[in-house]
Amino acid sequence: MMKRRGKDIAVGLIVPVVAIGIWQWVASMGWVNENILPSPLAVWRKWVAYLLPMQDFGTWHENNPQGGWWSWATSGELIIDSLGSLYRVVVGFAVGAGLALPLGLAMGASRIVYAWMNPLVQLLRPIPPIAYIPLSILWFGLGNPPAIFLIALGAFFPVLMNTIAGVRQVDGIYLRAARNLGAGGSTMFLRVILPAAVPYILTGMRIGIGTAFIVVIVSEMIAVNNGLGFRILEAREYFWSDKIIAGMITIGILGLAIDVGMNKLNNYLLRWHRGLEH
Amino acid sequence: MSAHIVIDKVSKVFETDGRRMVALENIDLEIPRGQFVCLLGPSGCGKSTLLNAIAGFAPPTAGTVVADGAPVHGPGPERGMVFQEYALFPWMTVEQNVGFGLEIKGMAKAQIAARVAELLKLLSLEDFGKRYPKDLSGGMRQRVAIARVLALDSPIMLMDEPFGALDALTRRNLQDELLRLWAELKKTVIFVTHSIEEAIYLADRIVVMTYRPGTVKRDMLVELPRMRDPSAPEFNALKRELGQLVMEEQQRHHEAEMKSAAVD
Repeated sequence: MMKRRGKDIAVGLIVPVVAIGIWQWVASMGWVNENILPSPLAVWRKWVAYLLPMQDFGTWHENNPQGGWWSWATSGELIIDSLGSLYRVVVGFAVGAGLALPLGLAMGASRIVYAWMNPLVQLLRPIPPIAYIPLSILWFGLGNPPAIFLIALGAFFPVLMNTIAGVRQVDGIYLRAARNLGAGGSTMFLRVILPAAVPYILTGMRIGIGTAFIVVIVSEMIAVNNGLGFRILEAREYFWSDKIIAGMITIGILGLAIDVGMNKLNNYLLRWHRGLEH
Repeated sequence: MSAHIVIDKVSKVFETDGRRMVALENIDLEIPRGQFVCLLGPSGCGKSTLLNAIAGFAPPTAGTVVADGAPVHGPGPERGMVFQEYALFPWMTVEQNVGFGLEIKGMAKAQIAARVAELLKLLSLEDFGKRYPKDLSGGMRQRVAIARVLALDSPIMLMDEPFGALDALTRRNLQDELLRLWAELKKTVIFVTHSIEEAIYLADRIVVMTYRPGTVKRDMLVELPRMRDPSAPEFNALKRELGQLVMEEQQRHHEAEMKSAAVD
């Protein structure tokens, strides 16, 4: 079992290692300007510099007499930026999904609510969150509020549409069995319809957090002064291509981490689900 | 004493796209308390429709069903149903499935746990309480479904081809289990099947139904002593007799299908 796993990892590493090798080779031949394509080694050095604190502890401590070792160690730009981006994703997603979930449940369960709300939803849904940027700046100014508004919008519709579908597709046999056991009203909703819809809702959340992650990078390029999206755009102004790539790699790692986290949550919440083996 | 279940002039008509289909026509049946009744017939004979009318899922177009002294107006725990598709809630463990009906009734947690443990023991499911339905075989799932209905403690048990999806050995095993439980708990059972042998093996009384419109073709008592031996000559004689009746209806079903295919 472990041996097999080790082999899988080894096989999986071949292509990335070869790709980085070619990249390093091309860069070291001096064919391309290093401002256009820095070597992987340069990117790595930049990434480490970006990660580490900008000042040594002594200097930093003079400016931050309250801070201890831990806050010094995490005072690097990359950590501040990552936390800033993550904070926006989490808050924006929580707002968007938090509004979409009850509305989706109501629209899925009630024909009347659906008839009232669906035309508006259908009208707004095709507008990409990015198109709200000008309006969001007019409404919320600069800083976190417009970014969170945009991210919430990005998460809202995938969660909403999947929740509606999830409630509507609940197999009639479960409803019949539950009614036979005497379930009605809130018991029916909370113990039967809601759990039966969970696989769809989670799919919606996964798409929603993916959208939120795209929107956070874009909104940081426009409305805020930190975060990974802001940092790579700033690096372009100074021709720091190594920093741009280091930032992009960080974005990739964060996206992957979010996806892995969602996957774990998925596996836990759907441990009853057929065809899901872990 | 009056009958436990009274089906009085029940008819059911479905209308789809302007076409009228009479699923049940003037069914009259009186079922005494504790009787094991099998509704037998080919598919399309309305046996499941009749069962659904008794369960309260689909009210009849005309006529009434009175169960345990009260007219049926909708589904309820006093008429527990076992479905062919098991219909276990996949997000609940075996224990939670079995206890769900009691939870709805508002029984205290400790009491539910005790009752569930008792039922799991009764159906030899003690070791599966914490499992999810996806981890169980078909036979085990149907045991859980039976336990879930028994938990309701209803005097009437409705079963819609419950063993139809099981292999022959598991099926016989569950039939024996069901007979044991029925003898012990003295419930009135209405059991839908299209298997002649299953009907003879289980029933006190077999009601053979006709293909559209669904009516009672033959209503007979099975007087073979229990446990019945499917290889005994009396068993086989009955099997031949019922086989003849069911085949006639199967033939009508077949002809109707050929005709509708020709029209389309």
